[in-house]
Amino acid sequence: MSVNVSMTVNGKPVSAEVEDEMLLVNFLRDHLRLTGTHVGCDTSQCGACTIHVDGVAVKSCTMLAVQAEGSNVATIEGVSDGETLHPMQQAFKDNHGLQCGFCTPGMVMSALDIVKNNPSPTEQEVREALEGNLCRCTGYTNIVRSIIAGAKEMEAS
Amino acid sequence: MAAAEPLNTGIGESVTRVEDSRFLRGHGNYVDDIILPSQTYAVMVRSPYARATVNGIDTSAAMGSGGVLAVLTADDFSAFGGLPCGWQVHSKNGDPMTEPKHPILAEGAVRHVGDPVAVVIAESKAEARRAAALVDVNYTEMSPLIDMQGAVAGSAELVHSDTPSNVCFDWELGDEAATEAAIAGAAHVTRLELVNNRLVPNAMEPRAAIGDYNTANGEHTLYTTSQNPHVIRLLMGAFVLSLPEHKLRVIAPDVGGGFGSKIFHYAEEAIVTVASKLIGRPVKWTADRSESFISDAHGRDHLTTVELAMDANGKFLALRATTLANMGAYLSTFAPSVPTYLHGTLLAGTYTTPAIYTNVKGVFTNTVAVDAYRGAGRPEASYLLERVVDLAAIETGIDPVELRRRNFIQPDAFPYDTPVALTYDIGNYQATLDMALEKTDAAGFEGRKAASAARGKLRGRGIACYIEACGIAPSNIAGALGARAGLYEAATVRVNPTGSVAVLTGSHSHGQGHETTFAQVVSDTLGIPIENVDIVHGDTGKIPFGMGTYGSRSIAVGGAALANALDKIVLKGRQIAAHLMEASADDVVFKDGQFSIEGTDKSVGFGDVALTAYVPHNFPLETLEPGLEETAFYDPKNFTYPSGAYVCELEIDKETGVIDIVDFHASDDFGNIINPMIVEGQVHGGVAQGVGQALMEGAVYDDNGQLMTGSYMDYCMPRADDLPNVTVSNHVTACTHNPLGVKGCGEAGAIGSPPAVVNAVINALGDYGVKHIDMPVTAHKVWSIMNANGN
Ligand code: FES
Ligand code: FES
Repeated sequence: MSVNVSMTVNGKPVSAEVEDEMLLVNFLRDHLRLTGTHVGCDTSQCGACTIHVDGVAVKSCTMLAVQAEGSNVATIEGVSDGETLHPMQQAFKDNHGLQCGFCTPGMVMSALDIVKNNPSPTEQEVREALEGNLCRCTGYTNIVRSIIAGAKEMEAS
Repeated sequence: MAAAEPLNTGIGESVTRVEDSRFLRGHGNYVDDIILPSQTYAVMVRSPYARATVNGIDTSAAMGSGGVLAVLTADDFSAFGGLPCGWQVHSKNGDPMTEPKHPILAEGAVRHVGDPVAVVIAESKAEARRAAALVDVNYTEMSPLIDMQGAVAGSAELVHSDTPSNVCFDWELGDEAATEAAIAGAAHVTRLELVNNRLVPNAMEPRAAIGDYNTANGEHTLYTTSQNPHVIRLLMGAFVLSLPEHKLRVIAPDVGGGFGSKIFHYAEEAIVTVASKLIGRPVKWTADRSESFISDAHGRDHLTTVELAMDANGKFLALRATTLANMGAYLSTFAPSVPTYLHGTLLAGTYTTPAIYTNVKGVFTNTVAVDAYRGAGRPEASYLLERVVDLAAIETGIDPVELRRRNFIQPDAFPYDTPVALTYDIGNYQATLDMALEKTDAAGFEGRKAASAARGKLRGRGIACYIEACGIAPSNIAGALGARAGLYEAATVRVNPTGSVAVLTGSHSHGQGHETTFAQVVSDTLGIPIENVDIVHGDTGKIPFGMGTYGSRSIAVGGAALANALDKIVLKGRQIAAHLMEASADDVVFKDGQFSIEGTDKSVGFGDVALTAYVPHNFPLETLEPGLEETAFYDPKNFTYPSGAYVCELEIDKETGVIDIVDFHASDDFGNIINPMIVEGQVHGGVAQGVGQALMEGAVYDDNGQLMTGSYMDYCMPRADDLPNVTVSNHVTACTHNPLGVKGCGEAGAIGSPPAVVNAVINALGDYGVKHIDMPVTAHKVWSIMNANGN
């Protein structure tokens, strides 16, 4: 069954007719062509699809598009200021916190959520807070470094 | 002209990555991100059984389902070949390996859970999925062959009914008689049986493919998650679909990790290519993760018995390893090479063992195909060797570090011929070992151990000294050993009229950072900023040729091709500059972007030479062609041999058996290093996968051939809080036979770390008298041992 859904995505109002069974991640990727949000699993365990819904980090593969009706959605595409990277994105670049880049959007969205709740996290806190995000490339060492550096930069700015 | 500012983007600099900006902003372009106009969606119907006959397929209900455009089965692919194997191994009796057909879709039989039987193509993925559930396949289930020992038993039924047995090949290497004699006469023989656990590669991006047939010109384009698009074009075009190169373009855009699993040619690539022509629209297939688990080639899966013979002083006399290597149900693209030429040849390790013999049987089972996974054969070799050496140290009472030192190939012994067919060109195994011991404060271990004990923890320390072989080559020797492809790499350097440079490389980056490191080689050689360099990869329509990225070959082979192409550019540039300066080319030197005549103040910049090449008004047209573009094909003379020493320190909780790695140091010799930051990242990632293998990961089939570890709920991959901060150090002995002196670094971490971790566990459990625990060494296994031994 088709239903109408409206929400704000990265500050812009959007609305569309979608199948009621459509996942939010597919709405973002296929309808809005915001393909920075990735799908890495089908059991809600990799975190590649992490976005923010009303300011909270959410795995967008665990939500239907219709459940986001009226919500304020933020995806990786809305994080930088045009070409200028957000301090957290810059920290990932400076600390080599990404390799293939597939987990990266989810990592950055999770990182922003971690720092929002804990502005200067310790290494152990970051490692524990990343339990919902898998990366197969980096071994996490540089992701943890990136998040701590990004947090410092965000506090300073 | 003013002296150039230093660029800081040359070889040896930790330049931040060019590619990061697009990935960080969500602007990567992975296959599943591509949406072509009028695109359709394919969903595979896969076998739920490990072994069954397919008696019939009723597609009528699926065809009638909403949005369905086609339902295809093997009958629709009868004009095409099976999926080819790229390496033919011969058995010790001289017979070629058994090579059963690997059909695109099941032809009357299925041989593993996940074997594709049919494909549904529909307007949307949801519609395709719904219809796929309506495809009615009539199976007769048979009891599957899952464990290798059962499959090689004389009475076993056959995975492929048209083969004489389930043994694909029975291969040997080395001097059997000399090894037997040395073992018989040795003062001490250490014997160990071990499992190299089956792994699922699990790149975070699931495989995907889009077939796009252009009715106007009859050209096929295949977008695919591949590490080597030219190899796919060759394998699929020439062997499966009979499409000539000029009618088949293969594009591997951004690829989200590979680790070997995206080397191979998979059925889905052929399926979307054929289907697109059939229905006249693009066809996209994207794997669900649970589908990846049962259709991506797995890795490792060896059963080995190893014996190490020593004299009374602990000097190694002989090594014998007998292995069953799982091939799965079909031969994946490079499967036979992995347990043979990439494994048996590495059994000397870093040691002077004079007699080595290995026998490897490749075994068909009703499981997913097994092929190269990060390290491919070399982790298995390193693991059995470094485990048996450690056990020998325990048995003889010789310190494990000392035992290794006594047997190392000495730094002045290179080039060194091993008894298993390789010639190591250079190395210094003492240097990396010394470095690793120093960085991890070997002397302080007893103190740390006592401190751990006071907290109820058993502390253990393990070392492993690995060697690997990268950049498999040369082509003629590999060909004689069964490779059905060349093993060179190609690079084109295109200098544009305004002095910017495009490099067209056959190497493919799926996380390794070629867009940065290859650009650094250009920046270093031509003295131009990295911003002026574009590294183009992953598209057979743009790049002349290439063999792709696997086996840590990119910088050692692809980088060497690039270096040679750059040399040709400089050579031609000197001729053009000589003309401009009215000098002889022999007198022109090129440095920091300037062509100049030594001892004079005459000089012309690289940009001026580039412009002159394309606007040849003042140009030696009689002797030189205009333009500035050069291509080099580089075929290595030998493998490169990275080596190193890894140290792992861990604590085991006495109550629970939980293992916590508290320190991990990797000391490697990768030869010259282009970008230390990227190399460190490669080691981190490799170590994470190796620690995953050692402690957590393992693909488990039940007796019915169902994959019990078929999702991230059951297949345990390392997460951030499972791993320590890995530290690294480097010692450099430059490779002697390639122009950059590089060796490659992609796989080392996954090769050196499993034995370091398991050795540390066994060391921690020293009081329990345990000799070996098979990977993954879970808390449960450790707890059981501690309790069985009267803790
Ligand atoms: S795709 Fe959402 S958690 Fe994996
Ligand atoms: S960077 Fe590749 S999965 Fe994290």
